[in-house]
Amino acid sequence: MLKDKIADVFNEPGCEKNQAKGAKERKKGCTKPLTPGAAAGGCAFDGAKIVLQPITDVAHLIHAPLACEGNSWDNRGAGSSGSDLWRRSFTTDLTELDVVMGQGERKLYRAVREIARTYAPPAIFVYSTCVTALIGDDIEAVCAKASETCGLPVIPVNAPGFVGSKNLGNKLAGEALLDHVIGTVEPDDVGPTDINILGEFNLAGEFWAVRPLFERLGIRIRACIPGDARYREVAAAHTARATMMECSTALINLARKMEERWGIPFFEGSFYGISDTSDALRQTARLLVGRGAPSDLLDRTEALIAEEEARAWARLEAFRPRLQGKRVLLNTGGVKSWSVVAALMEIGVEIVGTSVKKSTAEDKERIKQLLKDENHMFESMAPRDLYAKLASHEADIMLSGGRTQFIALKAKMPWLDINQERHVAYAGYDGMVELVRRIDLALSNPIWADLRDPAPWDAEGRLTAAGAAPRAEPGRDPAADPTFLAHHRRKFAGAGADDMAEC
Amino acid sequence: MNPVTPLAKAVATNPLKSSQPLGAALAFLGIEGAMPLFHGSQGCTSFALVLLVRHFKETVPLQTTAMDEVATVLGGADHLEEAILTLKTRTGPSLIGICTTALVETRGEDFSGDLALIRGRHAETLGETELVLAQTPDFAGAMEEGWAKAVCATIAQVVPEAESRVAALNRINILPGQHHTVADVEFLRESALAFGLEPVILPDIAGSLDGTVPARWIPTSYGGTPVAAIRGMGRALHTIALAEHVRGAAALLEARTGVPFTVLDTLTGLKAADRYVALLASLSGKPVPAALRRRRSQLEDALLDGHFHIGGLRVAIAAEPDLLYGLASFFAGLGATVALAVTTTGDSPILARVPAETVVVGDLGDLEARASGCDLLVTHSHGRQASERLGIPLMRVGFPIFDRLGSPHRLSIGHEGTRDLIFEVANLVQANRREPTPQSLNPFRDRGESHDGLAQIAAR
Repeated sequence: MLKDKIADVFNEPGCEKNQAKGAKERKKGCTKPLTPGAAAGGCAFDGAKIVLQPITDVAHLIHAPLACEGNSWDNRGAGSSGSDLWRRSFTTDLTELDVVMGQGERKLYRAVREIARTYAPPAIFVYSTCVTALIGDDIEAVCAKASETCGLPVIPVNAPGFVGSKNLGNKLAGEALLDHVIGTVEPDDVGPTDINILGEFNLAGEFWAVRPLFERLGIRIRACIPGDARYREVAAAHTARATMMECSTALINLARKMEERWGIPFFEGSFYGISDTSDALRQTARLLVGRGAPSDLLDRTEALIAEEEARAWARLEAFRPRLQGKRVLLNTGGVKSWSVVAALMEIGVEIVGTSVKKSTAEDKERIKQLLKDENHMFESMAPRDLYAKLASHEADIMLSGGRTQFIALKAKMPWLDINQERHVAYAGYDGMVELVRRIDLALSNPIWADLRDPAPWDAEGRLTAAGAAPRAEPGRDPAADPTFLAHHRRKFAGAGADDMAEC
Repeated sequence: MNPVTPLAKAVATNPLKSSQPLGAALAFLGIEGAMPLFHGSQGCTSFALVLLVRHFKETVPLQTTAMDEVATVLGGADHLEEAILTLKTRTGPSLIGICTTALVETRGEDFSGDLALIRGRHAETLGETELVLAQTPDFAGAMEEGWAKAVCATIAQVVPEAESRVAALNRINILPGQHHTVADVEFLRESALAFGLEPVILPDIAGSLDGTVPARWIPTSYGGTPVAAIRGMGRALHTIALAEHVRGAAALLEARTGVPFTVLDTLTGLKAADRYVALLASLSGKPVPAALRRRRSQLEDALLDGHFHIGGLRVAIAAEPDLLYGLASFFAGLGATVALAVTTTGDSPILARVPAETVVVGDLGDLEARASGCDLLVTHSHGRQASERLGIPLMRVGFPIFDRLGSPHRLSIGHEGTRDLIFEVANLVQANRREPTPQSLNPFRDRGESHDGLAQIAAR
C-alpha cells in the first residue's frame, strides 16, 4: 500500500532531524502543508522521476495525461556514456476518452508491450501520476502481468504528484529500487574494492570528473545511482562493499536499508569543494579497508589527495587577487550551501548570506563554524527581498538555481547557476577551480558597467546632462566638432530645453 | 484536401504537445497585472513554469492551488479559495486566470459555481480583480486549445454584453494566435498604428515577455492588455482574428457586442501579408504607408534570392495545427515539398488545407520514424534528438525553444517576417550543404534505390 510506504519513508531512523521528533510527528514527516497560491517546487512524481531517469538504458514510461511528461521531459542534463534511451520520452498520453472509458490499464499494458518490442530495453519503469492514481489504475498489477508476457522487468514507481513534495518522491523512488531492482542480479566479478555512490545525478557529466579519481586508486564503482547508471549495475548494487551517499535528503532511506539488508556501510560525503572531495576519497578507502581491502589503499589515497590538492590550490591562487573581498550571496539548498563556502572563503571571497532551507542540522553547524556568524544564514528569502539585497549592492553576485536567476539579472547583478540546469561540471578538484573561474568571469564581464550606467535621457526621453553635454576629447578643440557646433548653435538660437529632445 | 491519419498506438514517444493549461497560462500572461493560477497539484505548475522560463528566459508569474491527497479526495474548492485570497493579498493582480488541470477535471467539480461563491463571499477583498476560469484539462487538446479557451473565457467574463453598438471609428481588436511571438505581436501593433488605427490586442504578450528590465521587482505580469481595454473591446470597428483557433473567440465577441470579424489564417507569405495590409487599409480608409510598401518590395527580392535554396527541398514539419498550416503554406509557396506533417490533434478544420503529402496526428517519435530522406526538420527544440540521430538539420519553431536564444524576438509574419524566414531557411540549408563526392555522383551507385541527396530524384 502506498500509504504504508509513505509512513515508512517518513519514519526514517537514518535522519537525525526525524529522530529528534516524537513518535507522532515522526510519522507525519517533514512535509509542511502547502499554501495554495504561494507554493513552489515540484511534486512527488517529479521527485521520483528525477531520481530514476538518469538510469540510462531503461525506458521510462509515464502513465498520465500529457502534461506530466509533455511539459517536463528533457529538462535535466544528466550525462550518459552509453544508451540514450533515458532521453526519449514515453507517455500513455491519456485522453478524455481513455479516462472516461476506463481504458487506462489496457493502454498502459499495450504501451509497455510496444516499448518492449521496439526498443528491447533491459527494463521498463512505469510511473503512476495524479490522474491515473485517482481513476484507480492498478499499475502494480499491470506491471506484473507485462513483466511476465514481455519477459523483462517492468517496475512500478508509485509516486503520484498529490501525495507530497519532490523530496518524498525521491524517497519513494528509492523504495521502488529496493522492492524491485537491487539484489535481482548476481554479478560474477565481485571484488573487495567495489563501492556504490548514491544520490549522484551526473548532471553536466559531473561524475566523470570524479570517477577517474576512484579508478586511479583501483576502486570500482559498482553502481552510481542514478547518474550514468545501467540497469544491471543498479540491480547488482547489493554486492558492493561500501556506499557513499551524496545527497542524504534524497536517498537516505535507500542507503540505510541497503546497510540493513546487505550489511553495506555508508557515509555521507560531497564532491563539491576541495577538502570535501578529499574527505570522500579518504572515507571510502577507510570503509573498504575496514571490510577487507588491502591496507595500502589508505596510503595510496593520501598520496593522491596530497598531489591533487596541491595542484588545485595552485590553480586557485591565480584568482585570489581578482576575487579578494568580493561578496557572494548563496541561494541554494543542501550541501552546496556549505561545501562551496569553504573554498570560496579560502581565496578571500566574503559570504554575505547563504540559505539553509534544505540543509540538515549538521550542515547548519558547519556553516556556523565557517561563517562565525549566524546572521548570514537565512531559511528562505522572498524574491522581493533577494532583489532588494542585490539591487542595493549588498552582494556582488548571487549563486543559485535557475528558478531564481532573474531576481539577480533583473537587478543587473551577476548570477551563476549552481543547480541542476547548468551545463558546467563543478565536482571534484577541477570542478572547484572551474567554479571559481566562472565566478570571476561573471563578475568581471564588461556588461555590468554598461548596464548600470543610465541612458543619456530620462523617462520622458529628454536628454540628461550626460547626453546633452558632449565631452570634448582631450587635445581637440570642441568648437571644431560639427555635432558640438550644431548643438550649440541651436542652443544659442534660443531653443528651449524641450527641443533638445530632438537632438 | 488531404487525409489526416490518426496513428493507433498506446505509447507517445517524445511528445510534440505541451499541455492545454500551459497554453492558457501563456494567454493570461498577455494581460496586464495578471496572475495565472493552475488548479491542480503543485507539479503541474512547476513543470509548466520551468518550461515557460526555459523558453522566454524571463520571470514568469504562475501559481498553484497545491492540491494534496486530502483535497483530491474531498474536493478542491477550499484550496481554490485560499489560493485566490493569498494571491490577491500578496500580489494584488488585476486578473486571476484560473486554469484547471487534469487532476481536478478528472475529479469533476462545479468550478464556476465555486468561483461565484468565492466572489460573493469576498466581494470586498477582491474588489476590481477579475476571476477568469478557463477549463483546460491536460487530457484534451494542447497549447492552441488552451490559449483559445483562455481568450474565450476572458471575453465571456470581462467584456460586457452590449445591446446597441457604438463603435469608435479608429478602434480595432486583434486576436493573435498562440504561435505568435513577441516580435509578431509588436508588428501587429505597429502595422495597425501605421494606418492610424488603435488596436486592442488580446492577449498582448509583448509587454511582459519581451525581455525588458523594469526598475523594480514586479510579482505579476507587466505590460500586456489592460483589463480596462478588454472591457471596451465591444466598441471596436472590427476584429481581426489571426488563427483558426481564435475564430471562436472572435465569434463570441461578435455575439456579445456585435463587432464583426475577419479570420486570417496565416500572415506568412507574400499573399497572406498582402491580405492583412489590405484589410488594414480598407478598415482605416488610408493608403498603405511607404514603409510597408518598401517592405513588400524587399520581400519580393528575398523570394527571388531565396527560392534557389528552398525550391525542391523536402521538409518534415511537426507543429500544432495553425502553426503547421502557416509553415507548410510558406514552404509550399517557395516550391518546397512538405513530405510529412505531424500535428497534435485531428480536430482542427485547418488541417484539411495543409499543403502536405501526409498529415498525421502523432508525436516526435512519428516524425523521426518517417522523416528520413527529408532535407529539413521543422519543429520545436525537442526535435533536436531526431535531428541528431537522422543527421537532418533542425529549424526551431513554436514552443518550446529552450536551446536557442531570442526566439521571442523572431518575426515571421508580414512582409518583413516572411523575408527574414526565407533568409533563415536558406542559411540553414547552405550551412548544412553536403559537397558532391565522386561516390555521390557515380551513376552506378545504388541503382534504382533512393539514397541521401538523391531522394528527391528517386521519388519523382
